[in-house]
Order: sequence, then C-alpha cells, then structure tokens
Amino acid sequence: MLPLVLEDLGFEAGGRSILQGISARVEAGTRTVILGHNGAGKSVLMRICHGLLAPTSGQVRWTGASGPVPPGRQAMVFQRPVMLRRSALANVLYALRLAKLPALERRRRAGEALEQVGLADLAHRPARVLSGGEQQRLALARAWALRPEVLFLDEPTASLDPSASREVEASIQAIHAGGTKIIMTTHNLGQARRLADEILFLYEGRLVEVAPVERFFSQPRSAEAAAFIQGELPWG
Amino acid sequence: MNEILQSFVAATALVSQADARLIHIILLSLQVSGAAVALAALIGMPVGAVLAIGRFPGRESLIVVANAFMGLPAVVVGLIVYLLLSRSGPLGVLGLLFTPTAMIIAQTLLITPLMAALTRQIVEDAWCEYAEQLRSLGAGWVDSAATLLWDTRFSLVTIVLAGFGRAVAEVGTVMIVGGNIDGVTRVMTTAIALETTRGDLPLALALGVILVALVLVLNAATYWIREAAQRRYG
Repeated sequence: MLPLVLEDLGFEAGGRSILQGISARVEAGTRTVILGHNGAGKSVLMRICHGLLAPTSGQVRWTGASGPVPPGRQAMVFQRPVMLRRSALANVLYALRLAKLPALERRRRAGEALEQVGLADLAHRPARVLSGGEQQRLALARAWALRPEVLFLDEPTASLDPSASREVEASIQAIHAGGTKIIMTTHNLGQARRLADEILFLYEGRLVEVAPVERFFSQPRSAEAAAFIQGELPWG
Repeated sequence: MNEILQSFVAATALVSQADARLIHIILLSLQVSGAAVALAALIGMPVGAVLAIGRFPGRESLIVVANAFMGLPAVVVGLIVYLLLSRSGPLGVLGLLFTPTAMIIAQTLLITPLMAALTRQIVEDAWCEYAEQLRSLGAGWVDSAATLLWDTRFSLVTIVLAGFGRAVAEVGTVMIVGGNIDGVTRVMTTAIALETTRGDLPLALALGVILVALVLVLNAATYWIREAAQRRYG
C-alpha cells in the first residue's frame, strides 16, 4: 500500500489552523520520524494519516493500494494506550478478532506477539494492572500482531521512565527489523537520532524540512530546525 | 410505646421461626423484582450503550426522556399497565392482570429507563477514553458498544443492584397490577401497607426490618464488588 502520499493537507479545529499545506511522500522500508515541538501538529498529522481524523483540505493517498485500505493493514500505538479490562493476552486476541482472523491463527499470532515484546510471562495478568512500560509494550504487541504494513506510533515513550523507554524502543526496532514500516512522532531529539532513518520536521503546523537523519542533525537547512536541534525555544 | 415493643418482639419471633406466610411473601418479592431487573437490564443496557456512542437524529431527546423517566412515579406506571392488561384493555385477552407476571411487566417498565439512563452515563464516560483506540482497531459501533458494556461491567453491577433496590422497595405498581392477593400476588411492600392499616403490626414490622436489611446487604455487596474489581482489574 506504500508509498503514502500527503497532498497539501490542512486541518482546522475551532477556527484555529493546526496544519497547513503539508505535502510529502513516505516510502516503504525506512523508519520515518515526525519531529517537532509540543503543539506543532504532529499528533494531528498522524491521526489524519491513520484515518482517525479527516483533513479539512488536501488528501491522504495510499498510492500502492488498489481501493480502500482494509483495517489492520496499518495500525497505531497511542501515547497512552487504552487497555481493555481483560488479560494481556485477551487484549491482543481482541484486536485479531476485529481483524476477522480465524481462531487458531489468532492464538498463534497473539502468543508470538507477546513473546516478541517480552510479555509472554504476563499473558494472563489483567492488562490494566501492568506498569506503564509493560502496557505500552502490550500496545505494541497488539498492533504488531495484526502484521500491519505500516505502524504509526504517537509519542510512544512520552509518559515512560528511561528504562521503560529503552524497552519500548527495542521493541520498535525489532518490529521494524521484521519488515514493518515505522512512522512515529516524537519531540525527543535523542530518540529521533536513535530510531529515525528519515526526519519530517514540523513547525507550527507546517512541514519545514524533510531530510535523512544524518543530514538533518549535521546540516539542518531551516533556521527553525537548527534552533530546535540546539534546544532553543521557538519564542526564545 | 408498649405496643411498639410488643410488635418488635412478635416480629422477631416471626423472623426467627421462619413463618411460612412471611417466607412466601419474601420469596415472591425477590422473584418478581429479580425477574423485572433481569429483563430491564437486558433491554436497558444495550439501549443505554447505543445512546452513549450512537450518533443519530433524536438521540438527545431520547437521553432526556430516559433521564426524566428514571424518576417515573410507580403508581403511574402501575396505572398504565393496569389499563393495558385490564379485561377491556388491548392486552386484556391475555388474562394477566392480578398475576405475578403483570407485576414483573410493570416493574420492568418502571426500571428500564433507570437502567438505560445510568448505563448511558457510564458507557459514555468510558467511550471518551476508548473511542480512538477502538476506531483504530477497526471496531464498528456494535462491537464498540459490546466492548464498552463488558469493560464497564463492574460499574454496571451497581446499576443492577440500584434497579433491584428500587423495584423491591416500591409499592405503587405491584399494588395496582398485582392486587395484593394473599398467597398469590402479595409481596413485602403491599403486605406492609395492608397489615399496617389492618393493625397487624408484628408482620408489617418483620417485613419492614427484612426489607431494610435486604437493601443494606445489596448496597454492601455493590461496594465490595466494585472495590474488589478495582483491585483485581484496575
């Protein structure tokens, strides 16, 4: 279904413009990180790409797909994952049932996914009593079990402590190594350096720069990106 | 004062001897209100869930109606069911008036709006939290409603018990459509009303004490179920 093409996307809410004129082409294979300050419009852009929000102008096209993309081909992990009041395993099975997989296949995939993120031992624990990091890894397992071609991650470690963040990052790397396209947002420079192949830099609702990660950090072309990398505040 | 004391002693005796008449009245009360609550939950909870997450014309009016009908006067519901079931009424041929079935129908009508309105509130709160995640996973509205009902099950237990509490303690509908026939449709509340006017205070008191105890036990159960569920499932 990739590449994903964004054509002149705009989004307004309550009379306020959140995104303006975003055009980009996101290719298969690489890890794409949408970087920017809090409030730059990263989460909104991601929700539009995932299909949770409709853009006010412009359009999102999966140019490699013929017809509409069925659910499960692309999945999303939220900053604060919502766990259902049931076991960790049942949470993964639930997603697979919605994707209409046969029961045996569901069992197999759910087991594999929990193994993949290191939660096999906690499979029968109620999901809501897991720690924040464990819940986020469970959310990764739940999304990955769908074998999505594209996995969206919205600030997946923003509410986690450093060690839990490392575990989540390791799971993301493993999922990418398995062939899933990663598109994630972050405001964390270190994380962007560690995880990105390509950076989309958003500033106040505009896409200011698109660059390979090395070039972005060594030679940013825009003043906004240079300031962001140096840790300067936009109003400073 | 003396008379009240004597009544209390006699009431205690009735309870401790498990008086057959008393037991029959209590059991009928539990059966009628239990069946009514089960039916009301079966109807009211899905309706509440649909009101919570559905987006269709007339939804807001339905919510207002459900909320308003939570406080429906029992005697009015009794009167309506009486008119429906009376021999000249549209459902008169069924011959249900003055039977426990009529009482169940009336109490079901009485508490279904309560079930729907309270379920709507609980499910809508959960929906705020779950909506994006469920949509992201591709859940349609039927799946979403079922998921939310299951995920709020411990809060919904509270509603069931609240509904049961209202049903078992009300006198208006069961008096009108049941007729308080000894051994057939006499339940705790109608018995208390009758025995009080007849001057048989011990039986009325014994039933009153049991009714209050029942409501207390129900509330304690509600509290502990929620506490335990919170600890176990988060």
